[in-house]
Amino acid sequence: MTEKPFRLLPEVGAENAHFWQGGAEGELRFLRCQACRTYVHPPAPVCPECLSRELSPEAVSGLARLYTYTLNHHSWVPGFDPPYWVAIVEIDEQPGLRLTTNLVGCSPADVKIGMRVRVCFEEREDGIYIPLFEPENS
Amino acid sequence: MAKNANRKLARQAAITGIGQSAVGRRLNVDPLGLTADACLEAIADAGLCRDDIDGISTYPGGGIPGAPGFSGAGISDVQDMLRLKVDWFCGGLELPGQLGSVINACMAVATGMARHVLCFRTVWESTAQGTGPRGGIGTGGGGRFRAGGFMQWTLPYGAASAAVWIAMMARRHFHEFGTTREQMAQIALNARRNAGLNPKAIYREPMALDDYLEARMISDPFCLYDCDAPVDGSTALIVSAVDAARDCRKPPLLVEAVGSALRGRPSWDQFDDLTTMALRDASAMLWERTDLKPADVQVAELYDGFSFIAMAWLEALGFCGKGESGPFIEGGNAIALDGEIPLNTQGGQLSAGRLHGFGLLHEAALQLWGEGEQRQVPGGPEVAVAAAGGGPLGGCLLLRRGD
Ligand SMILES: [Zn+2]
Repeated sequence: MTEKPFRLLPEVGAENAHFWQGGAEGELRFLRCQACRTYVHPPAPVCPECLSRELSPEAVSGLARLYTYTLNHHSWVPGFDPPYWVAIVEIDEQPGLRLTTNLVGCSPADVKIGMRVRVCFEEREDGIYIPLFEPENS
Repeated sequence: MAKNANRKLARQAAITGIGQSAVGRRLNVDPLGLTADACLEAIADAGLCRDDIDGISTYPGGGIPGAPGFSGAGISDVQDMLRLKVDWFCGGLELPGQLGSVINACMAVATGMARHVLCFRTVWESTAQGTGPRGGIGTGGGGRFRAGGFMQWTLPYGAASAAVWIAMMARRHFHEFGTTREQMAQIALNARRNAGLNPKAIYREPMALDDYLEARMISDPFCLYDCDAPVDGSTALIVSAVDAARDCRKPPLLVEAVGSALRGRPSWDQFDDLTTMALRDASAMLWERTDLKPADVQVAELYDGFSFIAMAWLEALGFCGKGESGPFIEGGNAIALDGEIPLNTQGGQLSAGRLHGFGLLHEAALQLWGEGEQRQVPGGPEVAVAAAGGGPLGGCLLLRRGD
């Protein structure tokens, strides 16, 4: 296992713990409306489709498709050293359900919009697991 | 909606004066002094005196933490400095782009809240950020810093700048429409050509396609020359009620229509179409509110905080079809000073400096008044569009020279 880079970490509270700590059980979790089954991201207290307030976290498969990406070369965050891939992935379970993330475990020749990816997790302090994505067939 | 109902703002407000301070890299002067220079010049340009000013509007307002030099002056700084007595004022960040503050001023004069509104925007990012490389947003908090709000979804991934977010939009556009870096380069090359004719532009030396292609990459597909340059400077303009504008020194520049719409999600990654984002909605609204057409526009001053944003505005405003901005700007002729739609005639933010939207509106007004000197668009242009913002933030104004 390679050394983990420095990362700025999220502020974790009741409303987002399911997302940032789900990796402890190997699960990528989103809030889901229990009335109309819509996944809601970022977390909110109301379903944006049916306005129900019955939302609870549910795991998705962790499979996704690469929507777009950039190979970043500039140092924006001291200690988080370029180059690194930043990507937006679209989660299989719902069109438009996207995450900004890092793409890992791939070479430039591999990276193509539309490619299949799956979640993996990087464990950090305080029970935080950062969801990252790697090629599905790696 | 009935046609008349959505035309209430049409030709009720006018730009009557403009002003701009010195603009430069690391001027090391008080940003409030720059603001005074711009504001007093705009008031005089309109043929007004400061007692005529009864409204103030700005973006983003004072006291924005964590973004060095992003706000060089707020409403109260300017009001107190000039001892203005105002009936209406407004400064804020949650607006349809930087020019949302000018749209606010248009509404204020159209509804009688004020007669002459002083609008300004001051930046001193060049001095405030010092000589080091451009930093990320909100990354200065040290080891125990934790990202909250929307930043939690990007900062952990090193996506700490609009450069990264918008690079991904450009990449998606490249994928869907076959756009190339050689095409996108024309935004930067056109800006640099025009900057060579503008004594106040910060980068004036000629740039060739090879210079662009060999430049350091920032966030692929953006290289250094796709990113605008932080500067110190202040821009001001006067928005007047159309009846009050008749008393001003110069022909009023009537605000024919504005676009402020955001019909998708206010998000850098969840918005439905990342190749257009809010620019699509603001532009659609603008054309819903006028009989003028894109073909009537003779000057376009379109936000180029990153080169791709200007391409997205060209498409959104209908100067070319959706996805067709690459072929449209290829070779650069269509957007040159004597082209189909002259673009960013002062050098844009890429070469004239990041005056954050206001520099573009200033230039649109200057062109309509025929004050462009060496860079004047030929033929006495009468209609111009100015647009600012990218991602989920976008606002635009269509200006038409009155008599
Ligand atoms: Zn629902």
